Amino acid sequence: MAEIQAFFGPAWPLVWALFRIVLIVLPLLGAVAYLTLAERKVIGYMQVRNGPNRVGPMGLLQPIADALKLMTKEIVVPSDANSFLFVLAPVLIIMPAMAAWSVLPFSPELVLANVDAGLLFIMAITSMGVYGVVVAGWASNSKYAFLGAMRSAAQIVAYEIAMGFALVGVLVMSHSLNLVEIVHQQEGMLGFLQWNWVPLFPLFVVYFISGLAETNRAPFDVAEGESEIVAGFHVEYSGMTFAVFFLAEYANMILISALTSILFLGGWLAPFSFLPSGMIWLLLKTACVLFLFLWCRATFPRYRYDQIMRLGWKVLIPVSLVWLLVVALLMQAPLRQLPIIQIWFH
Amino acid sequence: MEFSTFVFYAFATLLLSGGIGVILARNPVHAALFLVLAFFSGSGLWMLLEAEFLAISLVLVYVGAVMVLFLFVVMMLDINLDQLREGFWKYFPLGGLVALLMVGELVLSVMTPRFSHLGRNLPPAPEGYSNTRELGMQLYTTYVYPFELASVVLLVAIVAAIALTLRRRKGTKYQNPAQQIRVRREDRVRMVEMNAEKQDIAATGQGEPS
Repeated sequence: MAEIQAFFGPAWPLVWALFRIVLIVLPLLGAVAYLTLAERKVIGYMQVRNGPNRVGPMGLLQPIADALKLMTKEIVVPSDANSFLFVLAPVLIIMPAMAAWSVLPFSPELVLANVDAGLLFIMAITSMGVYGVVVAGWASNSKYAFLGAMRSAAQIVAYEIAMGFALVGVLVMSHSLNLVEIVHQQEGMLGFLQWNWVPLFPLFVVYFISGLAETNRAPFDVAEGESEIVAGFHVEYSGMTFAVFFLAEYANMILISALTSILFLGGWLAPFSFLPSGMIWLLLKTACVLFLFLWCRATFPRYRYDQIMRLGWKVLIPVSLVWLLVVALLMQAPLRQLPIIQIWFH
Repeated sequence: MEFSTFVFYAFATLLLSGGIGVILARNPVHAALFLVLAFFSGSGLWMLLEAEFLAISLVLVYVGAVMVLFLFVVMMLDINLDQLREGFWKYFPLGGLVALLMVGELVLSVMTPRFSHLGRNLPPAPEGYSNTRELGMQLYTTYVYPFELASVVLLVAIVAAIALTLRRRKGTKYQNPAQQIRVRREDRVRMVEMNAEKQDIAATGQGEPS
C-alpha cells in the first residue's frame, strides 16, 4: 500500500478517490445488467413463461449479449434534431443516476463521502435527472418523444413533492440528514420492529409509490407508453445512446431501492438483534425492494395520465402531510413519555 | 495557487459564461439550459464557502423544480426571434441606463469596508458543526416572524395564482374513484333465472348437416 502511495506521490488522493468510485460504479453496472435479466426472468415466471434461456446456461449470458448488440449498433441522429443537445441528453440522465451513489452508505465505514447533508444531496442530485428526459424529448425533433418528455416532466415534478415529504418524516425521526446516522437511529433490541417502516408506515408506502413514479416504472410508465407514443422520450435513440437511458433507469431503480432500505428498513442492520449486522443485509433488502418493483410491473396495468396526477396531488401528498403532523406530535412531550412510543423515538 | 482558488475560478468562469449565454443564446431552450448551468455553478461557489445547505437548496429548488417548469413552458412556445428583436435599438438607451445603474449599485456595495472584511479571519468551524442545524436554529428563533411572514406571502401567491388561472369548463367528465371501488356486483350484473329453451330441430329442418 505504502509503495503504491509513494508511486503516485501528490496525485495519490485523486487516484484513491477514483479507485473507490470505480469500486462502486463497476458493481453497479454489473447489477444493472443482471437486473434486466432478473426482470425478464421474474416477469416470465409470473406469466408462466421461461424468459430468456438461450444465451449461456439458463440465459445467464443474455445481458452480455444485449450489451454487445447495443454497442455495435449505429447511432442515428434524426434530421433537423439539435445534435449537440441530442447527445448531451443521455449524459444528463446518467450523471445524476451515478453521482447520487457517492453519499450512499453500504456499512458504517463503507461510504465514499460521509457528508452531513447526505439526504438533501441525494434529493438535489436525483431531481436533476428530469433534464435528461426533457432535453432528449425536445432535441429529438419528434412528436412522440416530445409528448413523452412532457408527460415525464409533469409526473416527476409532481411525485418529487410527495417523496420529499416522506423524507421529511425520516428526518424528523432521526434529527439528522446524515444517512449513516439515520441508520444508527433505527438500531435497537427489537430488530426489524424498530426500523422506521413501523412508525412511518404511510410514509414508507408513499415513498415506494413515488419511487415507482420517479423512475418511470410501470404502472407509472406513461412517459414511454408503447401503445400510445411508441417509446416516449427515447424513441429516436439507438445503439449506445439508448443503452445509456436504459442504464440510467435501472441504476435509478437500484438507487431508490437502496434508499428505501436505508431510510425505512434499517440499512445494514440485521433484522434480529442476535444476528451480526453487515453490508449483506443492505444488499438483501435492496434486492427485496427491487423484486417489489418487478412485481408491480408484472401486476398492474398502466395508469392514465389524469389518474397519475390525481394519485400524486390528491392522495399521496395529503397522506404524507397528515402523517408528518402525527409524527411531529408524537415527538412532543406528553406522548413521547409513553413506553410504546419510546421504542422508536429515543 | 491553492486548490480551492482554482475551483473558485473554474466555477466563477462557468457562472459568468452561463450568464452571458442566457442573454446571447438565440434559442430560448438553450437560454434556459444556460441558466441551469449558471445556477449550478453558483451552487458550487456556495459549497466552496461551506454553506452546504444553501448550495443544495439552490439546486433542489431552482434547478430541480423552477427551471424544469420554465423549460416546460419555453419548449412549447413558438417564438419568432426577429419579431422579438424588433425595436432593439429604440429601447437600447433606456436598457443601457438601467444596466449601468445596477452595475454602479453593485460596485458601491462591494466597495464598502464592511463587505471587504467579510469572511476574513473566520475561526474554523467547531467539531460537530452543522450548517443546516445552525441555519434552522436561526430561522426558527431569531428570525421566526419574518420567516413565517415570508411563507404566508408565498402561500398567498400560490392561492392567488390558482384562483386567477382556474377555469371550470362545463361538461367535463371525471372519475370518482371512491364511487368506483364501492361498486358491487348487483349494480352491474343482473342474473336472470331461465329454463333452457328447446327447439324442435326435425320440424324446422335447421341444424342438420347439408
